[in-house]
Amino acid sequence: MAGKGREIKRRIKSVNSTKQITKAMELVSSSKLRRARERLDKTKPYFDTVRKTINEILADSESIDSIYFEGAREIKKSCYIVVTADRGLCGGYNSNVIKESLSSMKEKKDISVIAIGQRGRDFFRKHGYDLDGEYINILETISFKEAKKISSLVMQLYEQEMVDEVYLVYTSFVSTISHKTECIRLLPLSQTKMKEETGEKKESFFEYISYEPSPKAVFDYLVPQYVESLIFGGLVESAASEQGARRMAMESATDNAIEMIDQLTLNYNRARQAAITQEIAEIVGGAEALK
Amino acid sequence: MAQTFNLEIVTPERSFYKGEVEMVVARTIQGDAAFMADHMWTVTPLSPGLLKIREKNEIKKAACSGGFIHVKEGKATIVSDAAEWPEEIDLDRAVEAKERAEKRLDSSDQDIDTDRAKAAILRALSRIKVKEEYMGK
Repeated sequence: MAGKGREIKRRIKSVNSTKQITKAMELVSSSKLRRARERLDKTKPYFDTVRKTINEILADSESIDSIYFEGAREIKKSCYIVVTADRGLCGGYNSNVIKESLSSMKEKKDISVIAIGQRGRDFFRKHGYDLDGEYINILETISFKEAKKISSLVMQLYEQEMVDEVYLVYTSFVSTISHKTECIRLLPLSQTKMKEETGEKKESFFEYISYEPSPKAVFDYLVPQYVESLIFGGLVESAASEQGARRMAMESATDNAIEMIDQLTLNYNRARQAAITQEIAEIVGGAEALK
Repeated sequence: MAQTFNLEIVTPERSFYKGEVEMVVARTIQGDAAFMADHMWTVTPLSPGLLKIREKNEIKKAACSGGFIHVKEGKATIVSDAAEWPEEIDLDRAVEAKERAEKRLDSSDQDIDTDRAKAAILRALSRIKVKEEYMGK
């Protein structure tokens, strides 16, 4: 008994300490999730309003000669903003984001990446992608300022024709247990898509709207704002999703550990009993032999 | 009594204001502009400045740091990077920010972002103005 029982006991002890760690991580990420959700609820009105307003404006207007619109120039180089976590241990969260971006990148010839989050950066660096920018450890305390920095980099790249289209890959937060990886195109804007998004087919109101000082000036101002708000929204949603994913992963890890401990305890008791039975048999056998 | 319309002000940090108003005065990039009910549909960028909101019985003031306003039938939406009520403004911080930005502008360093520094000064000035008016009354 001694050998086997001790081995199982040691095993139980190690699983138990793992369980304590995963349990602690679960608690930490639930409280972080709560905070991230509060953030999300606070920023959601802004995000939705900007998106809606700009979609409406773009859908209502005639095509404007602007570098931000589809067809302004040939697409040679694509830029991907990939939002991942800084740390692992969050189930399929990071690999889903990377998978999604890779599947979209497949059709592109020339690619550069702006990595947000350490995991994504490590991956793209290791595989030799072109990194235009990297932002690490910003997600937990994300502020609008950071999003602004990222978007001004993006706008610069786009305006100087270093890149010709920009995608954002992030994880949208559907609910605490459900997250969806999404890949959206930030630039150039497509007017037909905008029209679809605002729904019903409307006649154009362009003539009735006054753009001060001029339509072009307004658009040149609005588009960066639009990109900014989409990036910010993507970051906030990703941060919440990350915590949600981690909480789920840790919860199932804890459950698995509990199950394992139960099984091991059963095995341990069985082994202990077998040893006792054997000992008794030996004693009885010895006593018998003495007779 | 003037007609009212719905005004909504949103910032990335929160939903700043929502309600029925008679008039709103905002600083557009071409100067102050007042919007009342039945205004023509308009979209125009805002520069940092004072925001005056006239409700039925009361006039509210706030500092707003850029963004844009979108006026549609019966509804106006202001989307801004940041907005504050006077009681939320930290005067010392605003004064400091102004001095810092001015120093940046004065320095002979070629790398500084002049537009950003100027915008920072405008932002700080509007905050200081709103706060001082508030304290004076």
